[in-house]
Amino acid sequence: VCFIPGGLDCSISFVSHVLGKVCIHGRQKEILGVLVPRLTELTESDCIWQRICWRLVECVPDRWMEAVVLGFVQRAPRADVLSRLLGNLVVKNKKAQFVVTQKILLLQYGHTTAVLQNLLGYLSLDSLRRPLLLRVLQELLETWSSSSAVKHSPAEQQLYISKAILICLSHLKEPEIESCRQELLTSMMEGMKCHLDSSLPQLRRLGMVVAESISLKINTEGPVLKFEYEEDDETRELKSLLVQTPSFSVVPSLPDDDRSEKASAALPLVQESNEKSHTAAPVMPDESDAELDSDDDLIPYDMSEDKELKTKAPVYIRDCIEVLTGSRSEDVDKWEAAVKALESLVRKNPAATREVSVELAKILLHLEEKTCIEGFVELRQRAQVAVLTTDPIPVAKYLTSQFYSLNYSLCQRMDILDVLVLAAQELSCPKFHGKTKHSGVQKPCIQLLLGSDSSKDWRRIVDERIKSKTRRFDMGRSRVELASCPNKFSSVAGYFFFPLIQHFDRPLTTFDLLGEDHLVLGRLVHTLAILMHLAVNTVAVTAMGKALLEFVWALRFHTDSYVRQGLLSCISSLLLSVPMEQILADMTEELLETQSWLGDVMEKDPDGDCRRLALQNLLLMENLKKKLEAVPS
Amino acid sequence: MALPPPDPQFVLRGTSAAVHTLHFSCGGPEPDIPLLFSGSENGFIHVWNLKTHRVDSALDGHGRKSVYCVKTMGGKDRLLSQGRDQRICLWDLAEGRTSVTDSVFTEHVGFCRCSLLKVAQGRWLMAMAARSLEEVQILELPSKTSVCTLKPEVGAKLGMPMCLKLWQLSCGSQPVLLAGYEDGSVVLWNVSMGKVLSQLICHQEPVMSLDFDSEKAKGISGSSEKVLSIWSLNEQQNLQVYKTHELVNAGISDITIRPDKKILATAGWDHRIRIFGWKKLKPLAVLDYHTATAHCVSFSDHSIPRERLLAAGSKDQRISVWSIYAQT
Repeated sequence: VCFIPGGLDCSISFVSHVLGKVCIHGRQKEILGVLVPRLTELTESDCIWQRICWRLVECVPDRWMEAVVLGFVQRAPRADVLSRLLGNLVVKNKKAQFVVTQKILLLQYGHTTAVLQNLLGYLSLDSLRRPLLLRVLQELLETWSSSSAVKHSPAEQQLYISKAILICLSHLKEPEIESCRQELLTSMMEGMKCHLDSSLPQLRRLGMVVAESISLKINTEGPVLKFEYEEDDETRELKSLLVQTPSFSVVPSLPDDDRSEKASAALPLVQESNEKSHTAAPVMPDESDAELDSDDDLIPYDMSEDKELKTKAPVYIRDCIEVLTGSRSEDVDKWEAAVKALESLVRKNPAATREVSVELAKILLHLEEKTCIEGFVELRQRAQVAVLTTDPIPVAKYLTSQFYSLNYSLCQRMDILDVLVLAAQELSCPKFHGKTKHSGVQKPCIQLLLGSDSSKDWRRIVDERIKSKTRRFDMGRSRVELASCPNKFSSVAGYFFFPLIQHFDRPLTTFDLLGEDHLVLGRLVHTLAILMHLAVNTVAVTAMGKALLEFVWALRFHTDSYVRQGLLSCISSLLLSVPMEQILADMTEELLETQSWLGDVMEKDPDGDCRRLALQNLLLMENLKKKLEAVPS
Repeated sequence: MALPPPDPQFVLRGTSAAVHTLHFSCGGPEPDIPLLFSGSENGFIHVWNLKTHRVDSALDGHGRKSVYCVKTMGGKDRLLSQGRDQRICLWDLAEGRTSVTDSVFTEHVGFCRCSLLKVAQGRWLMAMAARSLEEVQILELPSKTSVCTLKPEVGAKLGMPMCLKLWQLSCGSQPVLLAGYEDGSVVLWNVSMGKVLSQLICHQEPVMSLDFDSEKAKGISGSSEKVLSIWSLNEQQNLQVYKTHELVNAGISDITIRPDKKILATAGWDHRIRIFGWKKLKPLAVLDYHTATAHCVSFSDHSIPRERLLAAGSKDQRISVWSIYAQT
């Protein structure tokens, strides 16, 4: 397509119509692929061409405007090019304004960062358009700080909005920031709250990065907000958006914000003076050589007894108990030694442990870190697991009852859940006590891999769920065939499972599972899923399955996506653990209802993980049913 | 075959509190009784008769607050003691008296022991930690006039002074002060001008104690970590690290070099007293008697070499007295 240059007063509206029609039919790529580079070239220095271009886009009829504008925004290599091509279209044309300021930013979220950069850069380049930039920022912040948006919109959309906010911030100038400082601050506080409240770590991190960036912009001097989180590619990319390079290119510049999680205090060491003294003091060694003898007449005594001072660890469990409950602050060395020695003592003396198991469990649950021991949390957890596996029934009764008691912190309650899971794993895995491998639980006899690829995923998903849920320190995944011995978990599975599921709907003053403490609810649901999974081949499994199905049914519309993911993993565990014949026999109706619910989730749930899990569950159900039918009765 | 370490020659019991500081006064001619002064956590200063191994008198001058430094000023009749009641007391002990003649209110709430230096007959310089966090004040005794205040520069972040040593190269030359600070550095101050001559970071933890040999211009410092640091002073008055020695257990409360500069003793948090040769820091002995942290060590000033003693005071309320390497 070539144009007749200057002098002629040609009407471009026909071309605009053509352009619009082509774009609306979905041929944006082809036509703009040729048009945009050509126009870029032509408009680079020639004002007339710029004006022609502007007329071109202005004359596109409204019904095709969206497609055209979208196409231009996507194809333009840089923000200033876009500015040249579109001119002040957004100001003059209502439809274009709507598309640029609302549709692309708030209603869609599939565009790349480059597109966002172009668009927002374009808005910032002209003084007529800058007010739009501010308005856009305000609306983006409104969405970012609305708690319902955080709860219900997909993670990808939230990431998109966060990116847009950061790019906007990077374009703002001082006076503009001044004028809207108060609103920025208010939105930041609200948004931060909603994000930190979320159960998904990715959303929390997003919230933290954006809040930090806003705080950086509005507090140019004085302390800025600083969070501790793990840096990863996503956060680094987000932070790089905050700085614009002056050449307006889309290449992000790295502000080099290295915040490591642990603040390492670097203490100065005098290495230079050491070197100095060794090189610049040749006198010293000579002197000492000459006066060798005067030290020799001092004969050293026998120093073989001089060893590192170690506090003796207590050898009896009751001694440990005494030390741990004692209030004498002087015995900190003994206390440390007791904490370190407790796990092995418990395992070596099961009979002695059984006498004091509940007392030990109580002490450990309330044990607080008195001194700074490395790995205190792990030591305590391992000791708790050891006590629980040595004497499962009374200790499980105690722990599950404490889970629903007053006056425990959320951390302690989640601790209880972790310990129950770890102990259950240990009990159901023969021979691997004390080690932290979680192999062997997969019963290789059930071959459910009938061709469908996605059904392979369930095993991986369940493994990953176990992995992510129980913080593992040793990633061993051996598939060794183990010598078989009775499953110790089968006799106690019920004691672990049923008390946990019993009181979830009864709120206490300090603990409301169905209300604010949905994080604990999420963890509880995941715990139940794992316990269910580990109870495969046990006697109680059918009863557990039934109870679990009811539990899931009651909570199926929970708003927290972490909880919903947990519920779906419960279903997977259930399908894997309870033999299909039992399910079909006892729980037919519930199963059907669950199936329809899963279908709903698969189509309509905002969270991507939930949808995937629902799909997997449905496939699993299908496969199991087919297998059942395939087996000759 | 190395001999097993010797046992203490005798042990003094009876302080009924942790012993924080010791000082011998045995230099007097016969018939003077050799004495050992000890300061305890219950505020008492006990005067031990080293012939009878019993307490001759107990001085109570610090309001039952822990005494953490005792020194004699030219003979056993004048004693200086420093306590946690923020006071330094000067005692007159001649002819059986036990009275406090004078006191200095230091307003210092830390544990930094003061340092004495005789500059002329009857005149002393005393360095002590002052009220303000990082400062060291030098007073002239007995007039109690302030000679100068040594303030580190703003932003130096040295922390509290932990241990002090005043010395002069020879009688009549400029007095200088070595101060060990909370941040692990040792600073050399020129007292008359009140300026820093040199600063050296010896440790990563606070310097707990230091001692200095002015003849060899070499010093040693100990801290709460496992390392002993030996540093030297060169002609330009600059401190340099000479050597470090790694210990078996961390924590040193006190270091003393014997007056003949042949050996030195360290009192450790691991309850042990260690003896080293001073020339090359050769480990000589580990004296393992006490059952709690050793707080202080002191060498006696006997004029007859073979009578020389080493005393160590500990949190277990005992003072062990040893005769070790006395023949050399």
